[in-house]
Amino acid sequence: MNVIYFVAQQTMFFAIPLLIVALGGMFSERSGIVNIALEGIMVMGAFVSISFLSIFQNMMSGQLLLVLAIFVAGLTGAVFSLLHAFASINLKADQTISGTALNMFAPAFAIFAARMVQGVQQVQFLDTFHIAKVPFLGDIPVLGPILFQNCYITTYIGIGIAVMAEIVINHTKFGLRLKACGEHPQAADSVGINVYKIRYAGVIISGMLGGIGGLVFVVPTSTNFNATVAGYGFLALAVLIFGQWRTKKIFFAAFFFGIMKTFAAAYSAIPILKTLPISNDVYKMIPYIATLIVLSFFSKSSQAPKASGVPYDKGSR
Amino acid sequence: MKHKLKFSLMNSSWGVSFISAAMAIFIGLLFGFIILLISNSREAVPGFFAILQGGFADGAKGIGDMLYNAIPIILTGLSVGFAFKTGLFNIGASGQFTMGAFVAIFIGIKWTFLPGHLHWIVALTGALIAGALWGLLPGILKAYYNVHEVISSIMMNYIGMYLVNILIVKNIHDKIKNQSLPVAKTAIIPKAGLDKIFETNNMNIGILIAILAVIVIYIILSKTTLGYELKACGLSPTASKYAGINAKNKIILSMLIAGALSGLGGGLLYLAGSGKYLQVVDILAPQGFAGISVALLGMSNPIGILFAGLFIAHLTVGGVNIQLYSFAPEVIDIIISAIIYCGAFSLLFKNIILKINKRSSRQEASK
Repeated sequence: MNVIYFVAQQTMFFAIPLLIVALGGMFSERSGIVNIALEGIMVMGAFVSISFLSIFQNMMSGQLLLVLAIFVAGLTGAVFSLLHAFASINLKADQTISGTALNMFAPAFAIFAARMVQGVQQVQFLDTFHIAKVPFLGDIPVLGPILFQNCYITTYIGIGIAVMAEIVINHTKFGLRLKACGEHPQAADSVGINVYKIRYAGVIISGMLGGIGGLVFVVPTSTNFNATVAGYGFLALAVLIFGQWRTKKIFFAAFFFGIMKTFAAAYSAIPILKTLPISNDVYKMIPYIATLIVLSFFSKSSQAPKASGVPYDKGSR
Repeated sequence: MKHKLKFSLMNSSWGVSFISAAMAIFIGLLFGFIILLISNSREAVPGFFAILQGGFADGAKGIGDMLYNAIPIILTGLSVGFAFKTGLFNIGASGQFTMGAFVAIFIGIKWTFLPGHLHWIVALTGALIAGALWGLLPGILKAYYNVHEVISSIMMNYIGMYLVNILIVKNIHDKIKNQSLPVAKTAIIPKAGLDKIFETNNMNIGILIAILAVIVIYIILSKTTLGYELKACGLSPTASKYAGINAKNKIILSMLIAGALSGLGGGLLYLAGSGKYLQVVDILAPQGFAGISVALLGMSNPIGILFAGLFIAHLTVGGVNIQLYSFAPEVIDIIISAIIYCGAFSLLFKNIILKINKRSSRQEASK
């Protein structure tokens, strides 16, 4: 039983950042803008918010500091994503151009700034955010150890974001308009929706969630930030496509991948897997192979937003 | 009449592309200079000149280093650019590059029974095939199973990286340094005197092979029916289907060729005899992602990609030199990303030129 709890707790650390960032990608793509800049946005959000942590950790600590850092990360991501929005919405440029530029800029900037300011590129921070056990809730049998022991508040924030995303995209006026802009912007425009504004909103939300995802990825797994989020932005893109651009499916896709990643990272702590004569790298490959196989079975009917990646030009209505 | 002369360069699409690329480079460099100024104003000017000088700071050796740096990214750039032309985003150049590098090294170490002058050719061919196979799978998945090539090639990047780690450890492992063993002398690409000319041991005929690849891709894209069909699929899949082009085959073929180019790039880098070994680390080959930048900067045009690769390599050498002025070399990536971002302005820029042209021709007509 302990092994199961351990796997569940570890899965959260891998799945939650993927979930948050993939949901961010969803908002952008359903509004019609492909956002391959998620990796760069994550790096930028993580860099600024962890620098914030390392500066303010002497004055405060614990959950309040983490919540503030999450705000910083979200704000950074949102501002950084404006560059992508401007290029793909106003300039109508190919959306891979600014995406690639942002992906390249963020780690370079993080390393450059860190080295110019403090000499080394790693930004250290103290992990005062770990919760050994949530009072009361942690004592619930089964659910307690899975959700409320050895955890971070980021887990609940991630799940909260997923619930919010589902409500916003499917049950609000804004969500419906967003989807209309991603499916048929001309039609949306003809009924008085400002396509540019809605697309800006989509990209900004994706930037905000991408930035938060960067911080959420680093905090539980490390005590320093080394200008990388280990390709999680690209993986989130994969989860987004895997999840067919739909909130619930993205949720399952993120956890599918998270569990696979957990087996890969923590197989030596799982007795059954440890006794098998399989090398470390094979376990690491499994999440990617499994995703490929699952995808080839379930991709026949893709539900990609129809106008995703196509710049909207008012004149071409 | 004067107007006509002034805008004759701007009238050709090549001219417009060239001007907008030059503008992007100028703005990117300016941005880099501002970053240098902010971080250390005293050293900013000499540092910036070190970047501009790049490969030309160190005589023939500097140029040799630049060419050596350019070879792999020209190949991955061609790979990404070629797939772009068919409407595919080959984000998997990194994995294809790594697979190519591994097979080249493997053949270079193990197949010593081959005669000397054949050994390196076989090793490079192996790299080409390995890369092609690594591109083939996403192609098949896209054509027959509708799997988005971006996601499948991201997966293939990681699978390739871990697979190569496993294969190195099993077959050609240098345990002390945790990297691949050195290849046999016969597997190293011939220098043909280029090392003497450029005064660096890194130089070999790899640069000629890279240029050959550029020419071949140029011919395929602009002079053959295949190239025409590939581009047609990229511009409009439905229209090309209507015209009787087998889009599925074209997707697979395009990814196959793109993969082969990246694989060849891996082989060329690791058979250069420059003391570079495949490390057993969990990091995706950066050359694959650099290829995206090169392809974008070169606007997916093979000739453009050749120059874009040389230019980025030029800046990279400048980035090594800038460390003398206590700047982190990452400022180069910042500059390159700014240049690529400014590439997004090219459409805007073209529209402005079109407007100016229209206005001037209208004025002439009214005269």
